[in-house]
Amino acid sequence: MTTLKNTPLKTFKKALLVVACSTLGAISVNAQADEVTVPDTIHWTIPFGVGGGTDVWARFFSTWMSDHIQGSPTLVIDNVPGGGSINGSNLFAMRAAADGSQWIGTSASTQYPAMLQDRRVRYSYDDWTPILATPTGGVVYAQPSLGDIAEEVLNAVTNQRVKFAVQSHTGLELPVLIALDLLGADVQAVSGMRSRGEGRLAFERGEADIDFQTTSAYFSSVEPLVESGRAVPLFSLGVLNDSGEIVRDPAFPDLPTFNEVYETLHGEAPSGPAAEAYRKFFASGFTLQKLILLPNDAPEALIKEYRDAARRFVDTEDFKEAAIAQLGPYTPVVGEVVEQHLQDAMSLDDATRQWLVEWLLEQHGARI
Amino acid sequence: MTDVLFSSLGQLFTVPHMLYMVIGVLIGLIVGIIPGLGGIAGMSLLLPFLYGMEPSVALGMLMGLVAVIPTGDTFASVLLGIPGSSASQATVVDGFALAKKGQAARALSSAFLSSMIGGLIGALVLTAFILIARPVVLSFSSSELFMLTLLGLSMVAVLSGKDVFKGIAACGVGLLVGTIGMAPATGEFRLPFEIDYLYDGLPLVVVGLGIFALPEIIDLLVKRGAIAEQPCQLGKGWKEGVKDVAKRPGLVARCAGIGSLMGTIPGLAGSVVDWLTYGHAVQSAKDKSQFGKGDIRGVIAPESANNACACGAMVPTLLFGIPGSGTAAVFLGGLLLLGLQPGVSMLETNLDLTYTIIWSLALANILGAALCLGLARPVASLTRVPFVILAPLITILILFAAYQATRSLGDLFALGIIGAIGVLFKQANWSRPAFLIGFVLAPGAEAYFYQAAQFQGAEAFMRPGVLIIGALIAASLLLPPLRSYLKKRRRADESTTQEFQEEVTPLALGVIDVALLGSLLAVAGYMWWAFADLSMLGGIMPRLAIAIIVAACVLEIIRTVIKPMKWQTQTLSQQLLWVAGFFALIGGVMVLGFLFAAAVFCLGFLLVVARMKPVAAVGLAAGVTLFLMGMANLLTLTYPTGMLAGL
Repeated sequence: MTTLKNTPLKTFKKALLVVACSTLGAISVNAQADEVTVPDTIHWTIPFGVGGGTDVWARFFSTWMSDHIQGSPTLVIDNVPGGGSINGSNLFAMRAAADGSQWIGTSASTQYPAMLQDRRVRYSYDDWTPILATPTGGVVYAQPSLGDIAEEVLNAVTNQRVKFAVQSHTGLELPVLIALDLLGADVQAVSGMRSRGEGRLAFERGEADIDFQTTSAYFSSVEPLVESGRAVPLFSLGVLNDSGEIVRDPAFPDLPTFNEVYETLHGEAPSGPAAEAYRKFFASGFTLQKLILLPNDAPEALIKEYRDAARRFVDTEDFKEAAIAQLGPYTPVVGEVVEQHLQDAMSLDDATRQWLVEWLLEQHGARI
Repeated sequence: MTDVLFSSLGQLFTVPHMLYMVIGVLIGLIVGIIPGLGGIAGMSLLLPFLYGMEPSVALGMLMGLVAVIPTGDTFASVLLGIPGSSASQATVVDGFALAKKGQAARALSSAFLSSMIGGLIGALVLTAFILIARPVVLSFSSSELFMLTLLGLSMVAVLSGKDVFKGIAACGVGLLVGTIGMAPATGEFRLPFEIDYLYDGLPLVVVGLGIFALPEIIDLLVKRGAIAEQPCQLGKGWKEGVKDVAKRPGLVARCAGIGSLMGTIPGLAGSVVDWLTYGHAVQSAKDKSQFGKGDIRGVIAPESANNACACGAMVPTLLFGIPGSGTAAVFLGGLLLLGLQPGVSMLETNLDLTYTIIWSLALANILGAALCLGLARPVASLTRVPFVILAPLITILILFAAYQATRSLGDLFALGIIGAIGVLFKQANWSRPAFLIGFVLAPGAEAYFYQAAQFQGAEAFMRPGVLIIGALIAASLLLPPLRSYLKKRRRADESTTQEFQEEVTPLALGVIDVALLGSLLAVAGYMWWAFADLSMLGGIMPRLAIAIIVAACVLEIIRTVIKPMKWQTQTLSQQLLWVAGFFALIGGVMVLGFLFAAAVFCLGFLLVVARMKPVAAVGLAAGVTLFLMGMANLLTLTYPTGMLAGL
């Protein structure tokens, strides 16, 4: 029997509060405006379903943001799923008021269709300004039947066709597909997985030869496989440092990055349209994977206040401790820095896009 | 291990844990009872409070909610014919038929009792199975999953009885509707008429409501009277329902077993389970004549399975981080918010929490079913209320429920269109479950077939698992006709004279059948043409569905030509009028906005059609409006505001 941390009475009161709040819905707290008038309630559109990765991310941040913005406004998360986040983002672009009371939280699957000029997309990142971005990393790993160490595997995949279970050819796996292609691997991408997790399951069942997971999923589900000799890590995607170079991922300091692997193989850094496409999609899908944005024409003072609020907590020990489980060992990026990176990442020139369209059709039979 | 098992049991009975679990159970029951809301809505109510809570207590609360949703949604399925959530679609078929016979209390009490037992069996299975589940889950590859979808589809033959071609045609239509959206293999879009709403395909909730609930509402309006056509005996029904379950321990145990096993396989949503077990109940019954008309076994089977399935769905969620159902997906989000990463570590470092989850499931199942059993008698009296009074309230309720699917006006139109198909099917006696099974399984069948072919090639169909499931399918298709053939022969041997006395009811055909057959062939032709520019891989499934429709329609036509058949009068004009009225209501929503249109519609209907006293009508209409406003507040919902608001 474990000891109780709370007295029964206290727990009872807390429980009553949960009931009261969940019945009454959101209770707004009046803001005490010092310099800027912060809205009482901020509606935060999440174009994904409840309980998904971006939703959990937003719920984690909503407490921290709310506590650090002046007057502690209530943050109401509004899930508008559909079309792989395109529906909700379109609605936000169409409807959101520019008074600073409406935010949107986006992810790689919102960024990619915009970059690929999907005809369903009716939003533009040019109309939005970022408050904060959180990066993530990822690792590519393979079946031990291909080789015991990374070098052997990388050699093997150039000689034989390997299967890779993906959500779609233009999903989060896109930069990984490009990277493997740059390494000369012959990859057969089997699409239609409903999540990255299903892809991992296909790998564990032995159906897929090669797989990729983002940092948090890698730690919880792939590392045990590596330890028991059922998976061989090949390379990480790395992270972008402040000067825009791809360096080793702090989560995987012992694992080479894709760029390192490429240089060892070819003696030079990757270049050409494939390398350019890789860089862009890596930046928008990983370095800036999840973003808090609001309409451009929101009041300057409010945008500044929101960014300051984020700055007030991202470097504190409390936050880092809480964030390690949710975000991995990465620090969120705030404000103007995000803006510069975002503009660079989202602008795909026509030549690169043209190359991508042809490559997708030739290599993977996918039309965009 | 046993010490962990009991220490987590001890933790369960501490005050905070019990308290939060009861909160979870209560919220779960409420969202379960309101059609259209389900696990996802319930979870989203609780998620804001999770961050920072003690994991074991928070998990108790979440499990309380997850466990009772398949229990609570039985109310709407049985009493109103509205599939409360995807887990209770099969319950509607016989549950609502029983309610119409005045046996709502009986149906409800056996549903709740079998839910409870099913849930307990599921938790029991989970306790042991979770430790060895990993290799079992991993042995189901894409080819086995594909075969399971085929097994589900084979239930169509079981469910459609002697109208087998109509059943297959209905299933083909379901398959075709199910292929709307993105092709899993190529990412192409299959959109009839280029409608944006259809990018993600039609939502299951909307299709379920349209095919089942709307035709029933219209049917009851045409017939007048109350839902219960025969006098109710609530008190007696309650006891009878309990006895019904007690008499069939085998059925309950088998269905619970099937439920918990199917739940553990990621990728097969709970909606297949209830049809599989329903089909099993039909197959294993000696007298099949009452299924669809109110056989209690048709309620017991899916209800024992769906709670067990909710337990089983925890296996892939906890062990692999892959949700086994929509609710489990949200539960997974809850785990992450609590700082728990699902995966192998749930067994190694967090085994106590894993068992807290399982025990909570078991306890919540008992609590939920007990509460519902208590409620069953008073709530069942709803079926005695004249239906004209309930109709506007239920109509608004299903509009609200459908709107929850994607929160767009498209949901309402889709509901109307599927509802119109449902009305035609109901009037002409085409199998609506067959349609739904086709719809539910189309995406899975396509995706898994493609994946199996890609991953494993021709070897995919030589795997032992595939062969076993294949044998099961063959058995379920071939055994029943074989058995009846043998029976007939034996009887023929015994007495050749009696043979002619056994009058076989001739096949019936009516004007709606002719219209349906004709228009299905026309639609099939049009779709074939519309999908002409799809690539080989992206187009194979819709083309297959079209081929099934055409083949079934042609066979049905041939059958009616060569076999004796009776011309049957099928009425439709009144039903069509009500369908038109429903579309007028949707038009009203577009112009006036949802809230205003709902209020005006309720008031008008109650005054004009139901001829209620003004005071009561105003009171009811105000109640509906308040309910909608409360829900909007609770679920951060924005209703369609209507064109007038834009002026």
